[in-house]
Amino acid sequence: MSAANKRKPKPLDRRRFLQDAARAAGACAVAGMALTKLATDARALPAQAIRPPGALPEEDFLAACIRCGLCVRDCPYDTLKLAELGLEGPATGTPFFTARDIPCEMCDDIPCVVACPTGALDHGLTNIDDADMGLAVLIDEEHCLNALGLRCDVCYRVCPVIDKAITLERRHNERSGAHAIFMPIVHSDHCTGCGKCEKSCVLPGEAAIKVLPRRVAMAEAADHYKLGWEDRNPMVDDIIDLPDRLPGPGTDNLAAPGGYLPGTEGLPDPSMDGGFTPSFNLPGTGGSGQ
Amino acid sequence: MSEKTALPVGQEAIQDKGWWLAHRFLILRRVSQAFFLGLFLLGPWFGIWWVKGNLAGSLTLDILPLTDPFVLLQGMVAQHWPEMTAIIGALIVGVTYALIGGRVYCSWVCPINPVTDGAHWLHDKLGFAKGWQPKRNTRFWVLGMVLIVSALTGTIAWEFVNPISMLHRGLIFGMGFAWTFVLAVFLFDLFVSRRGWCGHLCPVGAFYGLLGHGSILRVSAVNRAECDDCMDCFAVCPEMHVITPALRGADEDTPIILSPDCTNCGRCVDVCAPDVFKFTTRFDTTPAPARAARRPKQRQPEASRAA
Repeated sequence: MSAANKRKPKPLDRRRFLQDAARAAGACAVAGMALTKLATDARALPAQAIRPPGALPEEDFLAACIRCGLCVRDCPYDTLKLAELGLEGPATGTPFFTARDIPCEMCDDIPCVVACPTGALDHGLTNIDDADMGLAVLIDEEHCLNALGLRCDVCYRVCPVIDKAITLERRHNERSGAHAIFMPIVHSDHCTGCGKCEKSCVLPGEAAIKVLPRRVAMAEAADHYKLGWEDRNPMVDDIIDLPDRLPGPGTDNLAAPGGYLPGTEGLPDPSMDGGFTPSFNLPGTGGSGQ
Repeated sequence: MSEKTALPVGQEAIQDKGWWLAHRFLILRRVSQAFFLGLFLLGPWFGIWWVKGNLAGSLTLDILPLTDPFVLLQGMVAQHWPEMTAIIGALIVGVTYALIGGRVYCSWVCPINPVTDGAHWLHDKLGFAKGWQPKRNTRFWVLGMVLIVSALTGTIAWEFVNPISMLHRGLIFGMGFAWTFVLAVFLFDLFVSRRGWCGHLCPVGAFYGLLGHGSILRVSAVNRAECDDCMDCFAVCPEMHVITPALRGADEDTPIILSPDCTNCGRCVDVCAPDVFKFTTRFDTTPAPARAARRPKQRQPEASRAA
């Protein structure tokens, strides 16, 4: 191509280029905002849609899942489905299951994870018992037959992690006064969210026990409270030797802090300085205070 | 222009070459589109699982992984580094289209192509005006926008609206209301903008066009000297601007259509009665003298020509 064939830049060309660029950029900005709205809306996964085993957290999942459906094809129980536009809640084309329809059967070889080409289902998940699809929650204690004092026990018996993920806890039946209630209790450290309990709940219609995403089902631990029965370490006594506050006139009683005199047994003599008569029973004092 | 311009498109080619040669690539293209869609439908419809998945990602005969490189690129921009399977699949697809022409995907595989071709056919039948014609490079702006939104939202953004996946996945896995996107593209091409979606806006086509920038397989107007200005090739070409530099070029200009916008659909080969066009490679140096009108002197067979 000869140089003579090339157009010489005209002064108007730059202006037109900038105008066209600004137009295109403006249009793309509008379209981009609409697309951004769609993309951010899609993160709000509805609670009844459970992702397959090993699925990354929702915000990472939508970057990783190419919606190819290979997990769906390799699921031997037809548990997984791809969301259809306008019919199901999750982002269109992404895989999910509804536990009440078909729960996850927790295959040992986890074929859905193996099939995933991108790692949207984490290939690091090799033991299905470590799966974390959601958490079963006994959501309707008013209708759960076990909670009413009957022996249904179905959710407990179908649980693939029986006696770990769901246990039956015996309680007193306040209504009859003479019977027991075998309460199904879900333990979050073992529940995989497979949904077998929700599927097999004998109630018509909705189940009394439901699998929910953990972000919905679980609260954050109250780390600012100390659970003395779990954590037996003394808190401050090892660090600072504070005087023991016992019932009495107070720690300002230096002669007998807390109202006790060193070397004496029982309660201090009410007649002496700092002595008193408590209005309650102190353990180990023979109950002589009253 | 000539009096032949007024003839119905392709009529002369049918007379001269016969119906088959005048429709060969159109028919082959429809067969190809049906073939690739059919491969994916064999499983869900007939239980023959040669191919699993869809155009975004698939597994053929349990061994060959294929991944849409554009979808994977969006995922990477959204900061997910995929497993090796998806990367290998995207490389296979990417290298293939880089060799045979990126937009071969558009005209020979994409399931939306029959939809927009149908819209264009009806558009012509009804004699509508061409309507809104955004610049051809608008699709690159859309492509950039998609990648930016992917990065900002951390999602594979285009897959929320992509009518190609909506239709393809819909046919294979269940449609829902995804048909509304397909209908929207059809109506857009019919009423708003002739050849609007595939020719001006679709970022998937833009991506594949960039991918096939240096592709080997090309259409060449090698017999351009025979052109009788019937304009049929321009009438059928979905990206008609790609024809001009090759067909109307001077002796020293290459007759090979080198624009990455060309979809290698081959329809120009079909409708040209004097057989100006043929498929060849980008390295083809067959001499191709320019049309008589372009040249200062009378036709010089075997004139000097630079590729």
